[in-house]
Amino acid sequence: MNYLELTLILAGSSFIAGLLGALTGLGGGVVIVPLLTLGLGIDLRYAVGASLVAVIATSSGAAAAYVKEGYTNIRIGMFLTIATTIGALVGAYLAGILSTKIIAIIFGVVLIYSAYLSNKSKEEHSDDEEPDPIAVRLRLNCTYPTLSGEKHYNVDNVVAGFGLMGLAGILSGLLGIGSGAVKVLAMDHAMKLPFKVSTTTSNFMIGVTAAASAGVYLMRGYIDPGIAMPVMLGILAGSLVGARLLMVFHPRVLRIVFGVVILVLGMEMIYNGITGRL
Amino acid sequence: MMKEQSVWTDKRVEDIMGNLLILGVIIAAALAIFGGVVFLIRHGLEKPDYGVFHGEPSDLRSIEGVISQTLNFRGRGIIQLGLMMLILTPIARVAFSVFAFYKENDRLYVAVNLIVLCFLLFSLFGGIAIK
Repeated sequence: MNYLELTLILAGSSFIAGLLGALTGLGGGVVIVPLLTLGLGIDLRYAVGASLVAVIATSSGAAAAYVKEGYTNIRIGMFLTIATTIGALVGAYLAGILSTKIIAIIFGVVLIYSAYLSNKSKEEHSDDEEPDPIAVRLRLNCTYPTLSGEKHYNVDNVVAGFGLMGLAGILSGLLGIGSGAVKVLAMDHAMKLPFKVSTTTSNFMIGVTAAASAGVYLMRGYIDPGIAMPVMLGILAGSLVGARLLMVFHPRVLRIVFGVVILVLGMEMIYNGITGRL
Repeated sequence: MMKEQSVWTDKRVEDIMGNLLILGVIIAAALAIFGGVVFLIRHGLEKPDYGVFHGEPSDLRSIEGVISQTLNFRGRGIIQLGLMMLILTPIARVAFSVFAFYKENDRLYVAVNLIVLCFLLFSLFGGIAIK
C-alpha cells in the first residue's frame, strides 16, 4: 500500500466513523482508533494523535452551531474545563509512560461502557430540588430555551461533577477521544443538567480538553501529518453530514447496531491488549 | 450626544465565539488539504511504515520547525501548520473568553478562564517538558 492508497482508505473510513459518531452521539474518535489499530495495523500512538486532532475539529465545528442556539452554559463549561484540562495533561503524560497494551485494555473498557450508555434511555430531571450552594456561588444555575419559553434549571453535586470531569479529561488525553460518555455521566447524572444543556456543554468542552493533550502529543511527535490529515478531514466531513441528517430522522435502529459494533470493538481491543498484539 | 457603547452580553460573546471557531476550522482544513495535495503529488507512490512507531522528526514537532518546513513548501510541514492552527482554535476561544468576561465585569470567570488558558499554554509550549 502506498501513501495515496492509505490516504484514501483513511479518509473514507474516517468519513464513515464521523457520520456514525454524529448520528449516535458518541463521536468519531471511539471508532477510528480501533479501526486504525486493529484494521490497518497503525501504531496506537499515531492513531490516538490523529483522533485527538479530529476531535478538536468536530467539536469546534459543532460548537459553533450550538453556542448560537443558546443551550450551552458557558459558565459551567469553563468551570468544568479546569478539571478536564488538568485531566488531559495527566492523560497525555500517562500516554507517554504506559505500555500500549494497557492503553488498549483501558480503551476497550471505555468502549464497552459507551456502548452500554448509548442504548440507555434518557430521563429529564425535575427542577424542584435545592441548588448546590457552590453552584449558586459560581453562578452556574441558568435557563435554556424550550417550546414553552426559557426554562430555569439548578445545578447539583458540583464537586462530584468536577471530579468526574477530571476523569473524563484523563481518558481523553490517554485515548484521544472526546469521552462524551463520562462527561454525560458527570453532567446528566451527578449535576442533573437538562439533557440538551449537558450534551451541548459537553461538546463545548471537548475541543478545549483535546487541545490541551494535543499540544503535548504534537511536541512529542505522536501526530503524523500523513495520518492526521485524512483522518481529521474525513471525520470532520462525516460529522457535518451526520449532524444534518440528524435533523431529518432519529436513528434508533442505527444506535443499537452501532452500540453492538462498539461492544465488539471494545472486546477486541481488550483481547489484543492482553495478548500483546497492539 | 449619545455616546456609542459596545454592549458585551452573553449572546454577543457566544456569536463571536461561534464565528471564531468556524474560522479556525476552515483555515486548518484548507491548510491540511493544500499540504496534503502537495505531499501526495510528491510522495504519493512511496510506501508508508506506520506499523512501527518512530515518532515525528523534530521539524514536525516544534513551532519553529513547522514554520521553516512550510516556508520551504514541504507538504507535511504545511499539513502540520494546519493541525497547529486547529489546536490553537480552542485556545484562541478561551483567550477571547477572558476578554469577554472582563468586559462583562465578571472577575470570577476572568480568573476561571485564565486558569484554563495557563494549562493550555503550558501544554503547547511546555508540553515537551513532560515527555
